[in-house]
Amino acid sequence: MASVSKATQKKAGAETTTQRSTREFARDVRARALQMVHRASASHIGSSLSMTDLLAVLYGGGILRVDPARPDWPERDRFILSKGHAAAAGYATLAEAGFFPIEWLDTYCQDGSKLPGHLTRGVPGVELSTGSLGHGLPVGAGMALAARADGSPARVFVLLSDGELDEGSNWEAILFAAHHGLENLVAIVDYNKIQSFGSVAEVMRLDPLAEKWRAFGWACREIDGHDHAAIAEALSVVPHEPGKPTAIVAHTIKGKGVSFMEDQLAWHYKSPNDEQLAQALAELEQEKPQ
Amino acid sequence: MRNTFVNALCDLAEQDERVWLLCGDLGYSVLERFSSRFPRRYINVGVAEQNMVGVAAGLALSGKVVFIYSIANFPVMRCLEQLRNDVCYHNLSVKTVAVGAGLPYGTHGYTHHGIEDIAVMRTLPNMTVVAPGDPVETRLATAALLAHEGPGYLRLGKGGEPTIHQSAPDFQLGQALTLREGDDVAIIATGAILAEAVKAADLLAAQGIRAGVLSMPTIQPLDTAAVLRVAERSPLVVTVEEHRPVGGLGSAVAETLACAPGPHARLLTCGVTISPSVVGSGAYLRERNGLDAAHLAQRIAQALVGAPSAQPVR
Ligand SMILES: [Mg+2]
Repeated sequence: MASVSKATQKKAGAETTTQRSTREFARDVRARALQMVHRASASHIGSSLSMTDLLAVLYGGGILRVDPARPDWPERDRFILSKGHAAAAGYATLAEAGFFPIEWLDTYCQDGSKLPGHLTRGVPGVELSTGSLGHGLPVGAGMALAARADGSPARVFVLLSDGELDEGSNWEAILFAAHHGLENLVAIVDYNKIQSFGSVAEVMRLDPLAEKWRAFGWACREIDGHDHAAIAEALSVVPHEPGKPTAIVAHTIKGKGVSFMEDQLAWHYKSPNDEQLAQALAELEQEKPQ
Repeated sequence: MRNTFVNALCDLAEQDERVWLLCGDLGYSVLERFSSRFPRRYINVGVAEQNMVGVAAGLALSGKVVFIYSIANFPVMRCLEQLRNDVCYHNLSVKTVAVGAGLPYGTHGYTHHGIEDIAVMRTLPNMTVVAPGDPVETRLATAALLAHEGPGYLRLGKGGEPTIHQSAPDFQLGQALTLREGDDVAIIATGAILAEAVKAADLLAAQGIRAGVLSMPTIQPLDTAAVLRVAERSPLVVTVEEHRPVGGLGSAVAETLACAPGPHARLLTCGVTISPSVVGSGAYLRERNGLDAAHLAQRIAQALVGAPSAQPVR
């Protein structure tokens, strides 16, 4: 834990020096998220860890055109975390990106906090309060439509879970976005293959997922959702096809980065105890370039 | 009412670039006058109410004022969680318009009867619930909801409702409109059933009973001061609505009276109480529910003499 706070101090004083790599950014977000759910005895750490590399490239890799100093800048890109239960990594990312003080993370899920267990608007950088699944993509489509109508360069990125795709509202929005050619809309699926009750394959099959998006009129690409170069390559130029919205099916591992959490349903619910936290942070530490 | 609404919205959209209209593939022969004049601010989202509300919320988060249009329950219940989370939680200027709320789609059957919508909508945070009583109120309510920042619900009849107000009243959201003075009984009506309530007052007048009539276009927030004022002056308050009394105007007035220090008037709630399986036209269903002028007058006269049979006709 000491090394993590050192990383914070380094970051706080590092604004004028070299930028962190997205790998470092992701490692810091993972450590923060683990500490947050540990302190709050909160759930959903597996969901946070599976998408952390995607967020690190979006926010730490300069993909999103946002400015923490002007969170309401009208022409900013919008990012919606439709899987709002992965709030720990969501908030940690925004804090690491400079939208609000790192210290706020200590209050996650505490009484009277600004940071409830699902991502909530009003926190700088949060565009939409989420928590109930299947809401982010329709709202993102509306934002993309507004940006186009206003001649704004803003793009809208929506990150969805795989289990969330069971919700019919997503497929309404998928039809809509393609029909209206919303090429400024990007949907990213954190395809970690696990949902609340078990594997996606057992609960409600999504495969062939990329073909479904394509059949609905989207340009769809599959990537390794932990390969930063692949993520950056897929997101740095959108749309992938003119006149079409873009879907990225990111193959991920639930609990990624902590060996005993990887691919384990239980970490959708459990919170690490002191020992588990120490082990998890030690594993992240080992990842650091020597 | 629906034509009045669309004409009013066209006039407003002419002045206010923020106005958009979305529909859920309903409104044929009504919405064309908007879509032809403002094609860039009109979208038929298809038969997909959840997405309609989400898209409206996204537009509203980008500075638009979005009216969403469909019939009866469809823009209320099918997309209720989107209204709750996306619109009300974020306090966005999305205005839900339900045409044919109440019983005007009579013979279409219960799937097309909007008779629980007030109950649902008035529990939502930040939501303003408005059911105009005639075309004049419809026009004024449309403008008032546009001017009001935040979520709104405009509950309309279908078409052909008579004009009650001979001149434009001073319409304010959250304020009752006095149509008739009279202290023997106070009738409070909301929505298109207002015409029957006014006729009932006329029938009662012929019997020597002086009935006051309040139009209550805004149900949330309720004009509780007006309710308490008439409940102080009259021995009986009667609510009239084309909606279930449970959760509707009847409940809202009962909540107000129950929380007020007594003594105050008794309450008779008149609304839709019969089985959803009864088939018939809007007029027939009004009669079966005791909501037409003749039945209302009869029920009120009976209630005034304390007769126990003041409850709905079955
Ligand atoms: Mg999953």
